[in-house]
Amino acid sequence: MAGYVAKRVAQSLLALLGVSVVVFALIHLVPGDPVRTALGTRFDQELYEVLRARAGLDQPLVVQYFDWLFRALQGDLGVSFRTGQPVTEALMQRLPATALLAVSAVLVGLVIALPAGIISAVRQGKVSDYVANAFSQIGVSIPDFWYGILLILLFAQTLRWLPPFGYTSLLEDPVDGLQRLIMPALTTGVVTGAILTRFVRSSVLEAMNSEHVRFARAKGLPQRHVFRHHVLRNAWNPIVTITGLQLGTLLGGIVVVEVVFAWPGIGRLALTAVERRDYPVLQGAVLLIAAAFLIINLVVDLLYAKLDPRIRSS
Amino acid sequence: MSDDRPDQPPSDEPAEEPRQPSAEQPELERPEGEHRPQWRQTLAILLSNRAAAVGLVVLIVMVLTAVFADQLIRFPINEDNIANRFAPPSADHWFGTDDLGRDVYSRVVMGARVSLQVAAISVTISLVAGTLLGLIAGYRGGWLDTVTMRAVDVAFAFPAVLLAIALVAVFGPSLRNTMIAIGIVFTPIFARVVRGSVLSVREDLYIRAIRSLGASDGRIILRHVLPNVAAPVIVQTSLSLAFAILLEAALSFVGAGVQRPTPAWGLMLADAQRFIAQGWWLSVFPGMAIFVTVMAFNLMGDGLRDALDPRQRTLIEARGAGGGEDE
Repeated sequence: MAGYVAKRVAQSLLALLGVSVVVFALIHLVPGDPVRTALGTRFDQELYEVLRARAGLDQPLVVQYFDWLFRALQGDLGVSFRTGQPVTEALMQRLPATALLAVSAVLVGLVIALPAGIISAVRQGKVSDYVANAFSQIGVSIPDFWYGILLILLFAQTLRWLPPFGYTSLLEDPVDGLQRLIMPALTTGVVTGAILTRFVRSSVLEAMNSEHVRFARAKGLPQRHVFRHHVLRNAWNPIVTITGLQLGTLLGGIVVVEVVFAWPGIGRLALTAVERRDYPVLQGAVLLIAAAFLIINLVVDLLYAKLDPRIRSS
Repeated sequence: MSDDRPDQPPSDEPAEEPRQPSAEQPELERPEGEHRPQWRQTLAILLSNRAAAVGLVVLIVMVLTAVFADQLIRFPINEDNIANRFAPPSADHWFGTDDLGRDVYSRVVMGARVSLQVAAISVTISLVAGTLLGLIAGYRGGWLDTVTMRAVDVAFAFPAVLLAIALVAVFGPSLRNTMIAIGIVFTPIFARVVRGSVLSVREDLYIRAIRSLGASDGRIILRHVLPNVAAPVIVQTSLSLAFAILLEAALSFVGAGVQRPTPAWGLMLADAQRFIAQGWWLSVFPGMAIFVTVMAFNLMGDGLRDALDPRQRTLIEARGAGGGEDE
């Protein structure tokens, strides 16, 4: 196990290093002078010099990279070209909203996918199986931002049950916070649920067709007992894994949903940075999401290996 | 949008089980008596799968719509008619009119051309680049393989939407740059799928036999390896086209893709949200167009996977070429 952990950690660190190079390169791929582009009509020579120096753009490229990397490792991702706010501070302000939405989406996804996937597997080939399949097919094909707009059209515009957009911290005002969370969480959650349903179904089917389950049945154990103790127990590991991976994927994927619901998360911050050509902020957001994705994948893989010895031996 | 979804789960599948048959598989490998053209067999299985058949029909309609868009539209797509803003669907304006009084139906029809064009070109970019990378990495092996695959790992650490947005931010938003960005984002997926397939055939007995007979690497790759990677690549292409349409729509929706006044479906949805109180038709029809097209590509992709899967093929043939439902 120790060898496996070391190998996976090393792989992730290597990938993270690669990610850092790509993120660093972003600002240098911009045609022309990024600071000048960012300042646009607000150009001011003094401000220009300060921002260039602060972004380290007056140094040789290799020096710049390592300088940037070491500062990033200490949590310093530079300052916004537009507001002068430290990028790390801006990210931390938006992180709770994104994390809340991602976790809620996964919960909604699981609430849908566990029953749908299990029923679909148990009643393979029956009507409920087809319904679950149709649901997951629709879920992976529907543009989530469109589905979000339809929800707004129905629940905010027509029925007037929910506020159309915005975010309130659950700590400040739980009722308003929850009301504003419902539609964004449903939007991302249903799509996640559609993907998870497929995996739950195939994991349960695989477990149901395994030798030891057939043996348990042959022994005459009650169906319910076999299902609970032999099928679900084995189907559980891949489900946990895929759910973890979905959480990672969601972090990047909710960018667009955040725009639909004016949700003040990392994704919207990144998009605003794109509009304003505020490259340090864009770099910070991309780095944070990619790093979170790698870390979540690593943790999920290690957990999976701990739960399932076959993985680490292979 | 929820990102990597259509390509994420299915994309790895073909890579895991890459050993697929193909049209030009050498005689050494082909079981006796199986001399019917394989593409015809594949098509028959594909069409026997009802969902895939529906997908195919929808796609044909969509492609025809895109090709004959100029004939199908009822009003010039960028002609404003402020007097007739936000008109609900009627005999004149089937899908109503938008905030500038433009005909939504005509814009949705023209949007098919934009959407399919972006999808086709961006997926072609990634298909060519990814296949080349995967072939070289898988066939050559060694450090070339290690470097390529580590680079692919790095690319996979970025959620697709975010990477595309970042690339568009660098290149500047435009139709052309959207296609390039999506092409770059999808390249690693193809590289991984192709490499997996190449690895599995590289050491096959018949490849080694051909090599020992003195065949050049180029010939082995072109004549023997490439046909073997065709099946997973075809499946991946269909699924990627679906995702490219979603991704383009999402990028345009957030302003990091195609720019106004081009009638892109994602852009139309962005405007629809601004004027959500003025009319449901603004959001319903462009969204429906995206949804139907993406679903058609996904159904085709799933159908192709079943049709090109040798195990599935045997199963269906054993049942007397019956229905091609899953499992």
